[in-house]
Amino acid sequence: MSEKNETGISRRDFVIKGSVATAGLAAASVLGPASFAIGGQARVKVGILLPYTGTYAKLGTNIRDAMKLRFAEAGNKLGGREIEFVDIDSEAKPAKAQQLTDKLIRKENVDFLVGPVHSVVGMAMVKMARGKGPITVIPNAGADQLTGVLCAPNVFRTSFSSYQMGFPGGPAVLEDGHKRVVLMYWNYGFGKQVAAAFKKSFLPAGGTIVKEIPTPFPKVDFQAYLTELAALKPDAVYTFYAGGGAVKFVKDFAAAGLKKSIKLYGAGFLTEGLGAAQGDAAEGVRTILHYADTLDNPANHRFRKAFRDATGARADVYAVQGYDAGELILRGMNAVKGDTGARAEMIRAMESAEIDSPRGRLRFSQSHNPIHDIYLREVVNGENRVVRVAARDQDDPATGCSNA
Amino acid sequence: MELSFYLVQLLNAIQYGFLLFLVASGLTLLFGIMGIINLAHGSFYMIGAYLAYWLAGATGNLWLGILLGLPIALLVGYLVERFAISFLYKRDHLYQVLLTFALILIFNELQQILWGTDVHSVAIPALLAGSIPLTENQSYPIYRLFISAVCIVIAGGMSWVIQKTRLGMMIRAGASNREMVQSLGIDVNRLFALVFSLGVALAAFAGMLAAPVDSVYPGMGENVLIISFVVVVIGGTGSIKGAFIGAMLIGLVSTFGKVLLPEMASVMAYALMALILLWRPQGLFGRAH
Repeated sequence: MSEKNETGISRRDFVIKGSVATAGLAAASVLGPASFAIGGQARVKVGILLPYTGTYAKLGTNIRDAMKLRFAEAGNKLGGREIEFVDIDSEAKPAKAQQLTDKLIRKENVDFLVGPVHSVVGMAMVKMARGKGPITVIPNAGADQLTGVLCAPNVFRTSFSSYQMGFPGGPAVLEDGHKRVVLMYWNYGFGKQVAAAFKKSFLPAGGTIVKEIPTPFPKVDFQAYLTELAALKPDAVYTFYAGGGAVKFVKDFAAAGLKKSIKLYGAGFLTEGLGAAQGDAAEGVRTILHYADTLDNPANHRFRKAFRDATGARADVYAVQGYDAGELILRGMNAVKGDTGARAEMIRAMESAEIDSPRGRLRFSQSHNPIHDIYLREVVNGENRVVRVAARDQDDPATGCSNA
Repeated sequence: MELSFYLVQLLNAIQYGFLLFLVASGLTLLFGIMGIINLAHGSFYMIGAYLAYWLAGATGNLWLGILLGLPIALLVGYLVERFAISFLYKRDHLYQVLLTFALILIFNELQQILWGTDVHSVAIPALLAGSIPLTENQSYPIYRLFISAVCIVIAGGMSWVIQKTRLGMMIRAGASNREMVQSLGIDVNRLFALVFSLGVALAAFAGMLAAPVDSVYPGMGENVLIISFVVVVIGGTGSIKGAFIGAMLIGLVSTFGKVLLPEMASVMAYALMALILLWRPQGLFGRAH
C-alpha cells in the first residue's frame, strides 16, 4: 500500500530531479572546460545519499547542510580543488539503496560517497562501496556491522555504532541507583543491538532485566505496552526510539502517569532535537549520546552559531555528524593536496585524524568507527543538559572486522 | 499480572475500538449505501489530524481547532464527491479503487507540500491532561477516557439518526434498494453527497480526536485505512452495528494480543478476520449476497 504510493511520489521527484540534473549536466558540459582552466584540475565529486523525504527528512537535511557549511568555511575547496556535489534523495528506503548507490559509484563516478541515515540502507551501500569503491563516510547509520563484519579501509563513520548507544547505558543507570530495569525498543536490527549492548554492561555489574519488550517497527501505539510496564513495576526503563516514535513514546509515558514511579532512560535519539514536539513530557528524561546542545567547548559554541547563521535551524547531533564528515574529507584531501589517486595516503591521514569536534575530541578506531565520550544527559527546560560523562573515549568492539 | 492490569488493558482496548469505529463506520456507510469502495478514507483521517495540528497551533486551542477544521474537512469531502466520486457510482468497483488510490497519492503529496515531512504532535488540552490513578501503580490518561466518552455520544447519535429520523429512513432505504428510492422522488444524488460528506467528517473527526494521542505524520492514513477495512469486513459491509462490534473485537484482540502473544501481535487482527469469514463469509452482520 504505502510502498506503491511512495513510488508514485518518488516518480514525480524523479522526473523533476532528473530534469534538473539533466539541465545541470548540460550546463556543466558547457561550463566544463572553463572550470578546468581555473586550477588546471578537474573538480572533485562528492556523492551524497541522504533522505530528504519521509520520517528521517530532517536528519538528512541537517547532515547535508552541516557538511556543506564545513566545506564553505574552507573556501569550498578540497585539497585545492573545486567541489561538485551529486545529491540524491535516498528516501530511507532499503529497496532503492542498491540502485541509487550504483548510480553514484558507476554512473557518476564520485570520489567520495557520503550517507546514509538509515542502517538498512547503509548495509546495502557499504556492501557495494567497500574495497574498490569511493572513500565512504557514514554520517549517521549505526548498525554495528558497518564498522564490524563489513568494515573496510575506505569506509569511515562519523556518527556512532549501536553498541555505543547501549553499552554505556548500563553503568549510567546503575550509578543513578536503579537495579531492576525493563528494556523497550523498536524490534529491528538497530534496536536489538542497542538492547544487547546494554545487557552486556548492565548484567555483570549486578543489574536485573525484569523483562524485554520489543515493539513492532515502525508502529507507535504504545499504550498497551505501557500498561504492562506499569504492572511490572521496574525502577527504570531503558529504550530505543527515534523520530516520530520517540515523540510519541515520551508523551504516552508521561500521560500514563509513569514518570513518578519509573525513571525513563534511552539512547539519545529519544529526546534529540525533539524538544518542541515533546514539551513538558520530556522533562527529566535521561539519555546517553555523544553530544549535547549545551556542551561547553569553544568548537561547539562556534559551530552552533555558524549553523544557525547558515541555515536558520538549530544544530543537533545529526548536524554535528555531518559537520565532522565534512572535516574528515577535508583532512584526507588536504593531506594529499587534492590528488585522489593517492588513496592509501589519504586513508592513512583520515584514520589518524584527531578532530576537535563540537562533541569534544573525536578519533577513529582501527575499524574506522568513532572513539568519543558518551554523555549522560537530562532534559531540563526543553534542552538536553549534560549530567556527567557516562563513558570516556568509548570505543566499539568491531566484532568481525578485519581492518589491519 | 494482577487484575488491575487486565482492567486497564480492557480500557485500552475499548478506547482503540471506539476510535476505529469512528473511521470504519464512515467506510461501511459509503460502501453499504452508495456501493463505493473508498481507499482515500484513511486520507481524511490524516487530513483531520493535520487540520487539528495546524489550527490548534494557530489558535492555541484544540477545541477551536476542531471547530474550524470540521467545516474544512467537510468541504474537502464535498468537493471530492462532487468532482470525482459522483462520476463512478454506476461504474465497476475497479474504477473506484483506481480513482480513490489516486486520491491517496494526491492527498499525501498535498500534505507534504502544505505541512512538510516532519513528525508533529498536538498538545492535550490542559483540562484533560494528566491521568487518574486507578490502583497503586496503574493510572489512566484522562484524555483517553474522554475519547471513549465522545465516541459513545457519536455512536448513540448515529444510531438515533439512522433508526429514528427521516434522513435515516432514506439512508436505510437507499442502502437496500437504490432504484426504488429514486423512483419515489427522493434526490439520491443529494442524499449520496450528504452521506459521503458525513463519512468524511467522521474520519476527519477521528483524526482530530486522535491527534493528541497519535503523532501527526506523513502517511498516517494508510495504517488506519487497512485496519478499518478489516473492521468493515468482519462486521459485514453496510452494517453500522457490525462496524461497532468489529471495531471492538479488533480493539480487544490487538490490545491483548500485544501483551499476551507479542510475537503474534501483528497478525492477530487478520487471523480474526480469516476465522470470522470462514464461519460467516458475509461478515457478522452483513447480508448474504
